[in-house]
Amino acid sequence: MTIALMGNPNSGKTTLFNLLTGGRQHVGNYSGVTVEKREGTLKADDMTWQVVDLPGTYSLTAYTEDEVVARDFLVRNRPDGAVTVLDATNLERSLYLVVQLLELGVPVVVALNMMDEVRKNGTTIATNQLARLLDVPVVETVARTGEGRSDLLGAARKSLDSGEVRRPHLTVSYGHDIEEALTEMVPLIREQAFLTDLYPARWTAIKYLENDEDVMAKGARAGAPHDQLLAIVDRVAAHLQTTLNTYPEAIIADSRYGYITSLLKQGVLTRNPDRESRARFSDNLDRILTNSVFGPAIMLGVIYGMFQATFVLGEIPMGWLESFFGWLGNSASAMIPDGLLQSLVVSGIIDGVGGVLGFVPLIMVMFFLLSFLEDSGYMARMAYMLDRVFRAFGLHGSSVMPMIVSGGIPGGCAVPGVMAARTLRSPKEKIATILVAPFMSCGAKVPVFLLLAAAFFPGSGAQALFWITVAGWAAALVVARVLRSTVLKGEATPFVMELPPYRMPTLRGMCIHTWERAWQYIKKAGTVILAISILLWAAMTFPGLPSERVAAFEAERSQIETSSVMTDEAREQALLELDNRQSGESLRNSVAGRIGTALEPVTEWAGFDWRTNIALVGGFAAKEVIVSTLGTAYSLGEVDPEEAEPLSARLASEPGWSPWTAAALIAFVMLYAPCFVTVVTIARELSWGWASFSVVMNTVLAFAVAVGINAMG
Amino acid sequence: MRIDQQATVEQISAQGELGRRIRDMGLTPGTAIKVVGRAPLKDPVAIRLMGFTLTLRNNEADHIQVAVQE
Repeated sequence: MTIALMGNPNSGKTTLFNLLTGGRQHVGNYSGVTVEKREGTLKADDMTWQVVDLPGTYSLTAYTEDEVVARDFLVRNRPDGAVTVLDATNLERSLYLVVQLLELGVPVVVALNMMDEVRKNGTTIATNQLARLLDVPVVETVARTGEGRSDLLGAARKSLDSGEVRRPHLTVSYGHDIEEALTEMVPLIREQAFLTDLYPARWTAIKYLENDEDVMAKGARAGAPHDQLLAIVDRVAAHLQTTLNTYPEAIIADSRYGYITSLLKQGVLTRNPDRESRARFSDNLDRILTNSVFGPAIMLGVIYGMFQATFVLGEIPMGWLESFFGWLGNSASAMIPDGLLQSLVVSGIIDGVGGVLGFVPLIMVMFFLLSFLEDSGYMARMAYMLDRVFRAFGLHGSSVMPMIVSGGIPGGCAVPGVMAARTLRSPKEKIATILVAPFMSCGAKVPVFLLLAAAFFPGSGAQALFWITVAGWAAALVVARVLRSTVLKGEATPFVMELPPYRMPTLRGMCIHTWERAWQYIKKAGTVILAISILLWAAMTFPGLPSERVAAFEAERSQIETSSVMTDEAREQALLELDNRQSGESLRNSVAGRIGTALEPVTEWAGFDWRTNIALVGGFAAKEVIVSTLGTAYSLGEVDPEEAEPLSARLASEPGWSPWTAAALIAFVMLYAPCFVTVVTIARELSWGWASFSVVMNTVLAFAVAVGINAMG
Repeated sequence: MRIDQQATVEQISAQGELGRRIRDMGLTPGTAIKVVGRAPLKDPVAIRLMGFTLTLRNNEADHIQVAVQE
């Protein structure tokens, strides 16, 4: 048996889902959309149920992806029933969804969640009366503590699994004008069996009156009474416009709420007006947390604190992982003889995958804190406070988190940043946010900036980093604005958002959430990312030096080794220099090197020579690689990004380099294609189309800016 | 409307997505609302209705006609 979980956002639906299914759950995506599909298995007594956690929605219209997904699942997959989770402190609005489910003819079990808060508020809900009036089972639950679980299972089993499931028939009366139209429309639909395989006839008619694009598009394809129905709708709409100055959809929504209000008045709900304690607590907190002076100050503190915590806490396990992969690399070097295989295993596979898995602790800490901010209700306040600023650039208040996590404070990482954009419910704003988030100064770009600043703007490292960060934000916001008036053109998605009351999140919920994100990332690292690591390794290794060059190096080497005039120390030094020269030359000869050389005529415009080009090509794998590749290309051997003084001194003395070249390179690194881990993440969150768009757009933009800066020099 | 002022919704003049979102949240004629706050930059606005808090941008709230209670 399959049951669907439905409910408003913030109704405790996910907490209930975790309670029902425990750890036995699986997260995927619905095909074609980015809405998460969360499924779990429920085992109790002798039964096994599939539980599908549908996205949280307020309604069953078809405006948001979430709503379309939820509705299509109910209609196409025909679950045996739906458990609707209601925030019982918010009965009117929650019942709006229940009423729509009943109209759609879905067998429903109602879970009145958060009953503890209802009791604390001094409100009484006559559960039996509500069940009788709606003619569906109603169970009281407190998902956070597990109260009501067995009652809910019992009720679901009795009403959904009994073999003779009753499809509910709830009829809301929509008033004279609408009802008259419905009596005309319903027989038309019935006679011609119009969409009746999917929806009840009355429901289809109501959706036509509501101007529901999704149903009307299906209707247009089905043919026959579609045009007749449209004619009736137009007539009613015109009539309502002239007589009452309103629209059918408005009347329908009003009637539903009217129905709910009268339902609650029949002895279901008794409020105690003096004791709305929870609301009062939240209000008092909001007076400080969203105050026009303290609010932004506290928000800055929270963001900064979260950032510090992430990188301080994340650093420790990151260090462990780094040492582990370092050890693994060394052991592999010791076990496998020198040569291509060793290089493949150590430089290709272990370094590549290690570099990627190194992010896992960071992602886990980051998402743990993010889910705290989200579940506690603070995130909604941040969006509320910042919306005015972000809206000016065609974004949404909720765009702030992805941008900060990506490196809005230098040192972030675009991978969790892009993933954090999931909380955005507005499609266009979400795409724009994801596309511009990689402009931020992530932790891997910072060493490049510091290296160049040290070489060409000595003594101004901190200042340079500050201005680079500001430039990153400016670029992100401006590009977002441009995107929103070109490829992502369109009206701002309505903001209309609930500010949920402050709640203490459950540890279990946060842990499950964190693990899910980390696991999705690890799975990617094991597949796509491994393949790309190997590809990039090959590009920087093959083809090796021609044999006569190798022979020449060998001859030189043996000459040094046998030289009698050198001290041991000088000999070692000479050998190291020789090695570095050889790896530099072999890098130039590799595919990546040839690409770098081939690109020189183009990149000359920006002042980059082939060495820089190779480093930038390598930087596509991971921006950390830029500094070490530059080192190899300048025959300094692999340079540790943390201790790059020799390289920085070398660059400063190179004839081809000027401060303008450095500035152009800084701008290019800031703006060009995101590293491939980010690209893969973008593809997962949006699509490969958008991921490629991001690579091309960013690189073209970066190049244009770099050329501009170089031209000024 | 000022903060802490109460009102009753008279009409929602928005159509399409915005109109439906507003209605879905329970802002229908006859609903009692109260302005509970404004964001630091005076936009969006936060209102309380039926026991929960909703925020919407000022230009979205413009589509809601209310009768203010003094």
